[in-house]
Amino acid sequence: MNDLFIILKQELLLTIIIFVLLTLKVGKEMGNARLLNLVNFLLVVNFLAGFFFPQDGILFNEMYHTNALVILEKNILNLGTLIISLQSYAWLKDHQHVSEFYILLLSTLLGMFFMISSGNLLMFYLGLELSTIPLAAIANFDLGKRKSSEAAMKLIISSAFSSGLLLFGISLIYGTTGTVGFAGITTHISGNPLQVFAFILLLAGFGFKISAVPFHLWTADVYEGSPVAVTSYLSVISKAAVLFVFVSVLYTVFKPLADSWYYMVSLLAVVSITVGNLFAIRQENFKRFLAFSSIAQVGFILVAITGSSAAGSTAVVYFVLIYVFSNLAAFGVISLVSATTGRESISDYKGFYKTNPVLSWVMAIGLFSLAGVPPTAGFFGKFFLLIAGAGKGNYILVTIAAMNMIISLYYYLRVIKAIFMDSNEQPIQPVVIPAYPKLAFLICIAGIVSIGFVRFVYDYIQSLSIGF
Amino acid sequence: MNLNLLILVPMLTAIGILFCKGLKQVRALSLVGALVQLALAFNLLVKYLQERAAGNNAAMLFDYKQAWFTALNINYHIGVDGISIAMILLTAFVVVAGVLVSWTMETLNREFFFLLVFLSLGAYGFFISLDLFTLFFFLELSVIPKFLLIGIWGSGKKEYSGMKLALMLMGGSALLFVGLVGLYFNTATNGGSYTFDLLEIAARKIPVHAQMIFFPFAFLGFGIFTAIFPFHTWVPDGHASAPTAASMFLAGISMKLGGYGCLRVATFLMPDGAAAYSWIIILLATIAIIYGAFATMMQTDLKYINAYSSVSHCGFVLLGIGMLTQTSVTGAVLQMVSHGLMTALFFAVIGMVYSRTHTRQVAQLGGLLKVMPFISSVFVIAGLCSLGLPGFSGFVAEMTVFMGSWQNPDPWYRFATILACASIVVTAVYILRATGQTVMGPITAAHQELGDAGWNEKMAAVLLVAGILVIGVMPFWLNDLVQPGTTLIMTKFLR
Repeated sequence: MNDLFIILKQELLLTIIIFVLLTLKVGKEMGNARLLNLVNFLLVVNFLAGFFFPQDGILFNEMYHTNALVILEKNILNLGTLIISLQSYAWLKDHQHVSEFYILLLSTLLGMFFMISSGNLLMFYLGLELSTIPLAAIANFDLGKRKSSEAAMKLIISSAFSSGLLLFGISLIYGTTGTVGFAGITTHISGNPLQVFAFILLLAGFGFKISAVPFHLWTADVYEGSPVAVTSYLSVISKAAVLFVFVSVLYTVFKPLADSWYYMVSLLAVVSITVGNLFAIRQENFKRFLAFSSIAQVGFILVAITGSSAAGSTAVVYFVLIYVFSNLAAFGVISLVSATTGRESISDYKGFYKTNPVLSWVMAIGLFSLAGVPPTAGFFGKFFLLIAGAGKGNYILVTIAAMNMIISLYYYLRVIKAIFMDSNEQPIQPVVIPAYPKLAFLICIAGIVSIGFVRFVYDYIQSLSIGF
Repeated sequence: MNLNLLILVPMLTAIGILFCKGLKQVRALSLVGALVQLALAFNLLVKYLQERAAGNNAAMLFDYKQAWFTALNINYHIGVDGISIAMILLTAFVVVAGVLVSWTMETLNREFFFLLVFLSLGAYGFFISLDLFTLFFFLELSVIPKFLLIGIWGSGKKEYSGMKLALMLMGGSALLFVGLVGLYFNTATNGGSYTFDLLEIAARKIPVHAQMIFFPFAFLGFGIFTAIFPFHTWVPDGHASAPTAASMFLAGISMKLGGYGCLRVATFLMPDGAAAYSWIIILLATIAIIYGAFATMMQTDLKYINAYSSVSHCGFVLLGIGMLTQTSVTGAVLQMVSHGLMTALFFAVIGMVYSRTHTRQVAQLGGLLKVMPFISSVFVIAGLCSLGLPGFSGFVAEMTVFMGSWQNPDPWYRFATILACASIVVTAVYILRATGQTVMGPITAAHQELGDAGWNEKMAAVLLVAGILVIGVMPFWLNDLVQPGTTLIMTKFLR
């Protein structure tokens, strides 16, 4: 009984927080400022609690499992959520429905936790749905904006579609193997055509969730319409969660199909990087821009996944950790600027350095890290992703990915150029940085600057890695 | 000597600059940092010579190794030999001169000096790296500061030039990355674990087929940094648009990163690849030398003149490496040092002229010797060094390259050598024309009242001229310094 609480501690804690917020909603209205203080405090507790009492375990007939790697992945998600919450302060402090926002947000996080811990396709599906449906509700949280509801609509339809694909795949897997448990699938899968087809359906479902090309079409519109906090959550947290599951599913459950998925994933990687990069060049809206750049980043992650080695899974987790810091640094600036001035286009940022030097450097460091430029952590992340991809000797894939680094550098530098070099007749006025976002920026920058040089981060992730 | 100091001093300087207020503090701190670094470089030279004199024949001295990413066998590994020390000395000279000529930089001075110091940090780290990961890290470290320096403080079509430079150098890094990764995964064919360690790879045998594939990637990757034809186009635009100190760093230090890498990484670690592809290297180098020289003749802007002549002169570096004889490779290293000093001096002088006359067009200048005798004399010295007059470093370096190249008995290679030698004549034409028109002749009325160099500019020029003269008059000490390093590289070809 005790085990149950310890093994499920992260999920239980989140549930408790959700219930606390619900109860608060019933009682006397609390001022937004106090409520945000409370929520951020709870999230800090939630994040820190992840580090105590780690215990491996299996629950509910192998439906649920946890181990050190899973706990680490959940901690990364917790950290990202905390940063996003801190960054959204400026946007939320005047919003009418703060507690609803957090209830929905944390529900999705809870769904992701169950998804990461799932040992069974049904459990996985349940977690996935819990992590997407509330998201559609908060994508609509800029209540007065049509674009926001459009984004929510597109998100819900596209995730329903991908869920359909996933379910079809799951049912075929069940039909051919007679089980939905991960362990059972691995032993019964033989690679007959129907199973490969089922796997393709699953892959498509995953492709939607991580917005890999050609399943990316919803991404840019949804990112553009949603409030910045939700956009950053979508592009960092929910993507990271699905990627974690994707790696472990590919490396353990579908290991017998490794020969088939190797080529499929390589193909996805190449098109994702290339298409994401080429489309990012032409974007004017900052959120759309980051949407396409995140598609390209996913492509890079897929390159590492094809390596199917311990180095591959290490690189993915390591890169995602870095990606959380770097992408959130960029999103944090956008979030703050958007909340105070309402301007979101790249050309608005011309001359930004003259009025907001601190925010400019935060943005620049975040973008450099995304571009993979040393000494930022992104350099190490990209290096290890590509080296993991090269482990199988597929140098063509690695060459294509490396060449794409040039294109990605180009569009990131375009933004840098707008911020530092261009002049603007109506620059964004100096933005006051409240304490919470300041803390968030500090965390991000500290992460970006230090991760590559702090050895134990990589070593620790490496000690937990899976692969074959 | 602890080599970490070479990285630590610029790093601390850079961090310190962030906390400085006002131009005076910033430039004082930058200068102190640069001078400390120069002192360290000399100290390193002395200690190195003492060690060698005491009979220490290890390939790399003062090495320091610290595990970085154990699982991938990536280490932070640094150490020096004569070649690295020559490059470090060059860097230290150019950095001090660069800080001095930027003495009156007004706009965003803190950022400017921060980026300059940061750029030098990348160069120092690169030259002492003995691990390919560390080396690649430091090489890429220097790309973005260049972009920002050109884009923010540059002139003319600065954004275009900065972007072009950043993207082409990133392209070089991308190619190099593939080369390095391919090399890494071929280091364990005879057992053992994969490694990025330079000396360890050199001791192992890389399969010939892998060398054939990955040598071009690595060589071309580094080659782009040193303006290999046809990937030289970032050089003229980048140099011309950059602010003076950045031009000096670019041409004086950054282009040398490429040459050093071609030699130390591509050629040293993949000798069979180098031998097989040397004809292509020589072909490209010869084209760069001839084409660069003729292109320079057509230029009217002083910075473009020096930039195109840099393409031509860096061709000699590649020619020396491609010829694969002991003398020619030594010559390539000498040429790197010599060209670094000479071109930094040239850019410094051009910057001084431009800051007074506000033009770089040769046709609009003239008779500057009358109003600024010091600057004009230095201009002439730089020019004479560039065209290879005996007594200056240029002569020593180019002569060594030609001698070494001729030692390669292949008739086509000798033909290339002759062509390269002939380019000297073209060099003389454009240098003499540019210096003559700028320094001599009647002076433009608007320039009558201009003043000569300030103390900081004089110091910068004297420092660089001293370097050029010391190499020119006493070439043997540099030669002796570099020789063991090149011998080590050439032993790979004697098997």
